[in-house]
Amino acid sequence: MNVYLDNSATTKITDGVRDIMLKALCEDYGNPSSMHIMGVNAERYIKNAAKQIADSLKVDPKEIIFTSGGTEANNLALIGAAMAYQRWGRHIITTRIEHPSVHQPLLFLEENGYKTDFVPVDNSGKILKDKLYNLINDETIIVSVMYVNNEIGAVQDIEEISEQIKAIKKDIILHVDCIQAYGKYRIYPKRMGIDILSISGHKIHGPKGIGALYVNDGVRLKPIVFGGGHQRGLRSGTENVPAIAGLGQAAEELHQNLEQKVHKMYELKLNFIKEIIKLDGVTVNGLPEECAKEPSMELIKQTAPHIISVSFKGVRGEVLLHALEERGVYVSSGSACSSHNTHQSPTLTAIGIPKDLMESTLRISLSEMTTQEELDYTINQIKDILPYLRRYIRK
Amino acid sequence: MYKAFLIKYAEIGLKGNNRYLFENALRDRIAGVLRPLGDYRVTKEQGRIFVECPDGYDYEETVQALQRVFGISSICPVVVIGSSDWDSLTKGVGDYVEAMYPDRNFTFKVMAKRADKNYPLTSPEICSNMGAYLLRRFPELKVDVHKPEVRINVEVRTKSYVYSIVIEGPGGMPVGTNGKAMLLLSGGIDSPVAGYMISKRGVSMAAVYFHAPPYTSERAKQKVVDLAKKLSMYTGKMKLFVVNFTDIQLYIYDKCPHDELTIIMRRYMMRIAEKLAEQENCLGLVTGESIGQVASQTMQSLASTNEVCTIPVYRPLIAFDKKDIVEISERIDTYETSIQPFEDCCTIFVAKHPVTKPNLKAIRNSERRLEDKIDEMVMTAIETASVIDIE
Repeated sequence: MNVYLDNSATTKITDGVRDIMLKALCEDYGNPSSMHIMGVNAERYIKNAAKQIADSLKVDPKEIIFTSGGTEANNLALIGAAMAYQRWGRHIITTRIEHPSVHQPLLFLEENGYKTDFVPVDNSGKILKDKLYNLINDETIIVSVMYVNNEIGAVQDIEEISEQIKAIKKDIILHVDCIQAYGKYRIYPKRMGIDILSISGHKIHGPKGIGALYVNDGVRLKPIVFGGGHQRGLRSGTENVPAIAGLGQAAEELHQNLEQKVHKMYELKLNFIKEIIKLDGVTVNGLPEECAKEPSMELIKQTAPHIISVSFKGVRGEVLLHALEERGVYVSSGSACSSHNTHQSPTLTAIGIPKDLMESTLRISLSEMTTQEELDYTINQIKDILPYLRRYIRK
Repeated sequence: MYKAFLIKYAEIGLKGNNRYLFENALRDRIAGVLRPLGDYRVTKEQGRIFVECPDGYDYEETVQALQRVFGISSICPVVVIGSSDWDSLTKGVGDYVEAMYPDRNFTFKVMAKRADKNYPLTSPEICSNMGAYLLRRFPELKVDVHKPEVRINVEVRTKSYVYSIVIEGPGGMPVGTNGKAMLLLSGGIDSPVAGYMISKRGVSMAAVYFHAPPYTSERAKQKVVDLAKKLSMYTGKMKLFVVNFTDIQLYIYDKCPHDELTIIMRRYMMRIAEKLAEQENCLGLVTGESIGQVASQTMQSLASTNEVCTIPVYRPLIAFDKKDIVEISERIDTYETSIQPFEDCCTIFVAKHPVTKPNLKAIRNSERRLEDKIDEMVMTAIETASVIDIE
């Protein structure tokens, strides 16, 4: 049995996505900037995709910019806004559990004269909001907070944060990395007060190499890629038409019956957690405290529907990962295993996981395609392997 | 400007009656490495190998490929002069000097060889007459027969060749002329270098890697495959045996004292490698061991791992310092691959304080605890080994 539980790394594309991509790739291969009919046909895919995404966010298609992926979307959002608004100030606030594609551009901006602050989180991965609000000063131009954390599935109260920060300083730009959240929540940036929002294609059953940014009409960005002035000069380069079409298609498919799909994932997650915590020396990370002992649907729903971070005491995460791989189950490890230096996950560090457990942590991530049967199989395999792996420890 | 290369070889020249075997092997290896680059013609000619290049060939790429062929002592890019009559020869050599050296303010010497013994001039006569011609044509040249800055070599055969650049080859002997050996390839820095050094003496290679899933990952295995591919640029194609070692490792863990795990594990690796070597008609094992580098490579540990096989074990790095090994691995381009951090999680099998001076008797005693199942496990490991053809 093959069980793919690494959906936060990437997802399988749907048949609908495949079909439209093949058509754009093989038949309508014109350059969308060309003046002839083939160019017009190619451009239609882009317009259509922009509309599909805009509809899902309830925004104007003009507010969508396509990028080469989530990483570029986050880079363009942060560097582009920091450059555009540097006259107002050079202070940016973010959290300690952001993805490297947010963290690294901010370090780059620090090198270039900006000041950044990283807000800590509690044990369940929720940011300490008061700390965030206290950090805002006259120089603050951007606050960047991820919606759903990619390692533990912690969810932030974006709407509340937006309201509060804008009450303190109304022209702050709020960037939200929605790469893990898009397609799991109905996200309406206008209502929620999100100014810039990043999404990625391959996390939502779309293709790799494509992402998009929603940029509120009233927000200016400076481009970080220069060239022929495509996409209103914000992102030069001939558009990746097949991938854009695939992203649009994925976005549309995903938002059909979204509530049902998400509810099913929550049920799977709840059942999985209930079973896994019965095992000795197993803890689930990033849950509200009460939930870690007595999981309930109500509490589980405070976290993302698809991400489960589990630590297995006395077992190297990577060894368990490979043992599961031998049995057809594919998951991620929380931290790379290495005898020389351990790459520590900033997120797991931020929520206070001890170092020995960090090396024993796996991330199991579901999608709408995941079934109860697959998770039952996975639990059984883990039950089977754990005692065996625990017998062999370094002496 | 060069359309061909003259390839010189050194030690092959020493061989007696089977010299042709060595020459043929060298010719075939050269043809083999050049085949993917284009339509080269490789021929044997009286103590030389001659490589004619196709139109539009890449000079750098060709030289680099030739520098990986063991047995070549030097690579000389030559200009071919179609006819060997004296007027054509002098004009050809003169044109060569004119094109090669725009600034002709240097000392030179002509060196001549004639394979065609009926040629009207003897070698010394060719030298002096050619020297005189060049001095007339390029008055700024000066002759220095003792320490010339440029040696202009003229070889008179059916066609004639002129060259003045001599690029060093790797030396050694053509692969395949000295039997075959089984390399224990680990994924570290040392073992590929050891394989390179033995192969340089004309030995073709097979390799064995001990894989321990789930403690070592597919990526760690892929890294070994990548290393074998890099190595095969020198050794030619080889078979890589991947032995699943997990069960044996766990069995040793269960039965033997922990400070002896590594030594006992290595003894079984040697035993398995020896059996595979016999299967593959290999005449020796090759390891990257170097005295004292780690606990399992002290003199005592080496004595202990050495005693389990009767086949010769070649350890070309035995007296090398790490930095010298690194230097070679950088030169042969295996270093970058070797240091990739696909760290195996095998550390659980490495005792925190391993024995550094294992006592042979004690080790043999510990191994007796494995008697029940180990022979069968070794058999299974060999039978289930997968083979990857590296080209």
